[in-house]
Amino acid sequence: MIAEAGHYALVLALGLALIQSVVPMLGARWGDLALMNVARSTALAQLLFVGASFTALVMLHVTSDFSVVNVFENSHSMKPLIYKITGVWGNHEGSMLLWVSILALFGGLVAAFGSNLPLTLRAHVLAVQAWIASAFYLFILLTSNPFLRIANPPIEGRDLNPVLQDIGLAVHPPMLYLGYVGFSISFSFAVAALIEGRIDAAWARWVRPWTLLAWIFLTLGIAMGSYWAYYELGWGGWWFWDPVENASLMPWLAGTALLHSAVVMEKRNALKVWTILLSILTFSLSLLGTFLVRSGVLTSVHAFATDPARGVFILLILCLFIGGSLSLYAARASSLKQGGLFAPISREGALVLNNLFLTTACATVFIGTLYPLALEVLTGDKISVGAPFFNLTFAPLFVPLMIAVPFGPLLAWKRGDLLGAAQRLTAAGIAALIAIAVLWAWTRGGSSFAPLAIGLAVFVIGGALTDLAERTGLFRLPFGTTVQRARGLPRAAWGTAFAHAGVGIALIGIVCETTWNSEYIGTMKPGDVAKVAGYELKLDDIGQRQGPNFREMVARFTVGLDGKSLSVMTPSKRNFTTRGASTTEAALLTRGASQLYISLGDIAADGGIAVRIYHKPMVLLIWFGPVLMAFGGFLSLSDRRLRVGAPKPAKAARALQAAE
Amino acid sequence: MRRALAAVALALAVSAGAPAFAVQPDEIMADPAKEARARELSRELRCMVCQNQSIDDSEAPLARDLRVLVRERIAAGDSDRQVIDFLVARYGEFVLLKPRFNPHTLLLWLVPPLVLVGGGVALWRFGRRRPAASAAATSGAHLTPEEESRLAALMSEEAPEERRT
Repeated sequence: MIAEAGHYALVLALGLALIQSVVPMLGARWGDLALMNVARSTALAQLLFVGASFTALVMLHVTSDFSVVNVFENSHSMKPLIYKITGVWGNHEGSMLLWVSILALFGGLVAAFGSNLPLTLRAHVLAVQAWIASAFYLFILLTSNPFLRIANPPIEGRDLNPVLQDIGLAVHPPMLYLGYVGFSISFSFAVAALIEGRIDAAWARWVRPWTLLAWIFLTLGIAMGSYWAYYELGWGGWWFWDPVENASLMPWLAGTALLHSAVVMEKRNALKVWTILLSILTFSLSLLGTFLVRSGVLTSVHAFATDPARGVFILLILCLFIGGSLSLYAARASSLKQGGLFAPISREGALVLNNLFLTTACATVFIGTLYPLALEVLTGDKISVGAPFFNLTFAPLFVPLMIAVPFGPLLAWKRGDLLGAAQRLTAAGIAALIAIAVLWAWTRGGSSFAPLAIGLAVFVIGGALTDLAERTGLFRLPFGTTVQRARGLPRAAWGTAFAHAGVGIALIGIVCETTWNSEYIGTMKPGDVAKVAGYELKLDDIGQRQGPNFREMVARFTVGLDGKSLSVMTPSKRNFTTRGASTTEAALLTRGASQLYISLGDIAADGGIAVRIYHKPMVLLIWFGPVLMAFGGFLSLSDRRLRVGAPKPAKAARALQAAE
Repeated sequence: MRRALAAVALALAVSAGAPAFAVQPDEIMADPAKEARARELSRELRCMVCQNQSIDDSEAPLARDLRVLVRERIAAGDSDRQVIDFLVARYGEFVLLKPRFNPHTLLLWLVPPLVLVGGGVALWRFGRRRPAASAAATSGAHLTPEEESRLAALMSEEAPEERRT
């Protein structure tokens, strides 16, 4: 009954989406307010029905109704409640339902909070949202229905893939989807602007918070996924340049570029045509990511060919939306007037440079991810493109970008003073040189690359601090004035500084972890001591434990430093009986920003156990950086200008247009 | 990422039954310098039955065989290049995680620099063309007193938001 209700609610949502696709467009064409306002009601109703459908699936999983295929294949009655819930999106059908739920959520948000939008713009935006929604509802209903029943229900389910039975699954996919799908809003705004053939600074002011929101979630989602892989997969890697990771990195790079170009558009009314294109590309890359992950094309081109229903359907959606929006762009972009002039050396110029490098980085990931697929389809040749390729091509792109980052905020709009900016960055530059010199002396004979890279990171962080110091007049003005100015400083300025410092901090983490990571690999017996990076790890004993739906072998290590005992670490290996699969649960000990990491291997015939111990210096900074970036994003989002400022300039813009 | 995890889990379930380690203690070479070389090389080589994993990271038995093979070649006195050539001769280009530069991979290697250079040139040309066109466009633009006053009103409205711009 619940399954049927959920299914029916989804069908109704499709019906609503189809209405929303057409009626508001007609309303906007005929200037009919009532028809345009239909979009608002349908968007909210869609949210209600999709929400009901999603809730139905959650209830089926929670009550372990194994008469539903999706529950039978991915759940187990003994599974802890949290994993029963997160298991809803730990499979293809459920994750697609989450995808459309989030899409409906964003549509509902625009409907609910978009009352300050011009009516035609809102009608168009919601109509475009509904096109996307209709396509994906159809996809779910026709190829990936999560509510299908089994004729003869089994007593027990097959359990969820044990690797996914982790708190990471509760956070990572929803965050990532909030990011992916959030970019649909900027896409819809871009298409709506192209349909209307009109775009102004107020448009950018509406688009920017939505883009920022999506970007924040995508940043956190990627970072969370990276940390999850780090502790769950058991060999301490945190980024693998896996096609699935690349699929999320591409929209992130394009979205970061979009954020910056939207700033130029909002402030200076320039880069309109480019911002529109980036909005389209960012969401297109999100769709591409969905296609790559959901079609099975990555596992093997042949797997895709043997069961093509889903893949071909998403490919059609992909072609329809990307092709359609780009054609519309080609036809209409020339009618958008360019405005806002600037010299090459200016804040705009710096942001354009940022866009150039981020777009190139995005293109690099794109070609690296898709080239092997394309080559195999076209010629049958198989090649691999992995981490060494990306490290080689990606790093050179980021070095100039990082050098440029501190200059951007210090340059004035329209025409900047590069020499002046450089002078103001002297302190940051000196800090960077000191960092390089100290590290060089300290690690003499080691890698020469690491000190330089950390110097660069220090420069970026120093640049962010310089920007704040300049804006508040720190050291130049009396302290009281500084505090006052700091209070008056727009939150967006704080946000920029935090986000940029986050980039530098992440870089420090990445460089430290990859350069000074120490590891111990060996077979240990109870009583043995391993020495890693000055720590002594003594294996006390190995025991067995019974979990709710697994058995685990737990090893107990006592960690000591300089003869003093610090802590106990208990890495384990879990065996999940239902799937006959096992996972390694690494033990982590955090010391400052560094971590000790132990993961277990097999027991040898002589009773020894294979053990891998790492000391990863500054590793937490890798994820602290993105968290800081996201925090900067939140600060910027809470800026007064974006909270309450939007309606006023909108009216002003309209009034000016009337005057023209 | 989730799919990657799933794929890894699948690979584990299919290949080993119980997951072993990436580099096993018994594989490690006695000479630390040679072991370091072996690890470096392993990171460049793909475990062919896995999804995008190097043999250094992978737990599959095939990856173990390849790791042992790499160490055998190093022990036999091969240079890094000879080891790679040996593996490519045996398993094809697919084993390399960083494809070689050849006609097949021309586009792959050239796209990043071409996008960067192409984008840079386009920007430069765009920047050179704009000032001339814009000078003509803005030279005659004077605001009427009414527009001036509205502008002043707007500016004061937005004044607190950013002083330095």
